[in-house]
Amino acid sequence: MSLLQVTNLHASVDEKPILNGVSLTVNAGEVHAIMGPNGSGKSTLAQVIAGHPAYEVTAGSVTFDGKDLLDMEAEERAWAGVFLAFQYPVEIPGVTNAYFLRTAYNEIRKARGLDELDPIDFYDLLEEKLKVVAWGPEVMERAVNFGFSGGEKKRNEILQMAVLEPRLAVLDETDSGLDIDALRIVADGVNALKRPDSATVLVTHYQRLLDYIIPDVVHVLAGGKIVRSGDRSLALELEKRGYEWLTSGAAVPAGVS
Amino acid sequence: MGVAAHPVAPGESRGVAGSLVELAASPEFATGPDWLVALRRAGLDRFAEVGIPTSKNEEWRFTPVGPIGTVDWKAAGESEVVRPEDIAPYLFGHRDWPLLVIVDGVVDKSLSSLQLMPGGATFGSLAGAIAAGRPEVEAHLGRHASPDITPFGALNAALIADGAFLHVPADVVLTTPVQVLHVVTRGAHDAVVAPRVLAVLERGARASIIESFVTLADTRYFTNTCSESVLGANAWLEHVRVQREGSKAWHIGLSRVDQDRDSHYRSFTLNMGGKLARHDLHTRLNAPNIETLLYGLYLTKGEQLVDNHTTIFHDQPNCNSWEVYKGVLAEKSRAVFNGKVLVQPEAQKTDAKQTNRNLLLSDDAKVNTKPQLEIFADDVKCTHGATIGKLDEHQRYYMATRGIGGKTAQALLIWAFAAEVLMEVSVAPVREALEGVVRRQLDALIA
Ligand SMILES: Nc1ncnc2c1ncn2[C@@H]1O[C@H](COP(=O)(O)OP(=O)(O)OP(=O)(O)O)[C@@H](O)[C@H]1O
Ligand SMILES: [Mg+2]
Repeated sequence: MSLLQVTNLHASVDEKPILNGVSLTVNAGEVHAIMGPNGSGKSTLAQVIAGHPAYEVTAGSVTFDGKDLLDMEAEERAWAGVFLAFQYPVEIPGVTNAYFLRTAYNEIRKARGLDELDPIDFYDLLEEKLKVVAWGPEVMERAVNFGFSGGEKKRNEILQMAVLEPRLAVLDETDSGLDIDALRIVADGVNALKRPDSATVLVTHYQRLLDYIIPDVVHVLAGGKIVRSGDRSLALELEKRGYEWLTSGAAVPAGVS
Repeated sequence: MGVAAHPVAPGESRGVAGSLVELAASPEFATGPDWLVALRRAGLDRFAEVGIPTSKNEEWRFTPVGPIGTVDWKAAGESEVVRPEDIAPYLFGHRDWPLLVIVDGVVDKSLSSLQLMPGGATFGSLAGAIAAGRPEVEAHLGRHASPDITPFGALNAALIADGAFLHVPADVVLTTPVQVLHVVTRGAHDAVVAPRVLAVLERGARASIIESFVTLADTRYFTNTCSESVLGANAWLEHVRVQREGSKAWHIGLSRVDQDRDSHYRSFTLNMGGKLARHDLHTRLNAPNIETLLYGLYLTKGEQLVDNHTTIFHDQPNCNSWEVYKGVLAEKSRAVFNGKVLVQPEAQKTDAKQTNRNLLLSDDAKVNTKPQLEIFADDVKCTHGATIGKLDEHQRYYMATRGIGGKTAQALLIWAFAAEVLMEVSVAPVREALEGVVRRQLDALIA
């Protein structure tokens, strides 16, 4: 059974259609990359999976581990094991990273019928996870994303992912704006967290990330639809040729990838 | 003992103030030293003249105190017996901190713990200090919060009987805070409770006062309080004021602070009780190089109204004032904030910053906020900002995607909002106790 099954998904915001029939199957153990021009609906797809209330699903379905994801609140999806690394992480002044992460971790455990972890045990766990993003403990006393640089915010998303250990991680342009060292840290983090029963969906504009995280499948989203899927050579081709040849419908050459 | 017994002509006394004027004209207020009788008389005359303000008075536009005039107020009757365990939940910090308990407006010596203060400092009953002829009382009482400042300040002056007195001699540092606990019992039903607080810190002295207003009987009463704080040169005073009156209570307070050069004053005001609560806090910066920090937090629900009016008088150069008031409002509650900053022409290099932020938890909650900066000096840095908003939906969604949903997310965000000012309470055990008080009240707000 597939881990994530998106079927003929249509979604709109403020009555404006953005996704026009997306279908996507992600199996456990796989890495998928979603590429596509600006405004094609990549973040929208990610947000619909995560449960953003502003996006209205007008047709289609999304199942996760056989369960109807669209029927669940955002927090219930997190409890079930869905994680979205935001393209634009949100700042929460007044709440420390440590407190935020411990609360998130314990809320998920509670929902799964597990005991909460006390602050000391959680701190031990955190120490391990901080190594994934090559951070010291100081960052845990800062307010969530508040005053973080763009790169720090992205790294913080990976730290959250490392702590929460999701079964499906959707990373929305986590690589954008990162220098090469930060990119490597993010990629190493993602690779380190790979498990046979989990899957990763990477939304990216850059082939560069895919040198570090090898995708099993690459999709091109354009005009709210997946217009092409292929193996990692598709990403290389997109790097060379851009999206033009895929989006100007008539010019799709046969037999590519 | 009717109105006719004192010199105000009946025509001058507004009807709405009637029962209060009568109360203040009672013969017991004509006893004591001459200067005190004169002070009470000045208060009575003033109150009889101005009466209870109406909504036409700009200072009271959003705060309807008219109904106070319709109650047949009396003096507090026999107080109920208060046991140490009744007040224990309202105390802060350690058991060895000096404590003054004022029950229905009168100091209760058996509940208080007034040990010998270090360095010749005095902390105790105001009535006791008056009876002992303490010169600081005569020198300061009514000189800072003079009866002509606010109508209810005048009423408080007219009703001066007891309260708290703190005197810290020059260069004496009080290492533990002193606590003043105002307790109202059923004996105060339909009564005016009018405690007066006077704190005099001589040059270089240092003290913290924790003042709480609580009730053991959820009955109708009117706390009309007034405090005066005097800081000598280089003195340091923190005043924490915790207002947890009953749901049927009216609470009106005037705090007046006079600061001399190089002194530091900080106030933290928590308002969460009362049917209607109004606090006027005035700090006067009388000399150069003074710092004054005013922090406030109000947490309201039901149909409560909390009104904070602050005024900072920047009269001299090189002074800093920093003010942050925050409110969390649930249900149909209302808040009023008015922050005046007056910068005189000689007050060059003034640095004044004022912020008022409000979080509305319901569509029916309402805030009237108004900064009022009057600046007559040119080389100053003065800013203000006010916001009224709801919880941030982006933050709530972000938290939900991390498994923190519904009330848990709401509570966490509201706590973060409130904690920012709470953190400014400098005495750690007090701050920690207040965290518990605030958390419980926030839980009640989102329940
Ligand atoms: N909340 C919203 N309100 C209005 N329009 C929106 C909203 N979210 C997305 N859109 C619109 O939907 C379209 C798709 O946006 P989306 O963010 O999904 O694109 P994207 O593929 O992620 O683009 P990028 O590569 O720039 O991140 C765009 O036209 C965008 O303006
Ligand atoms: Mg996007």
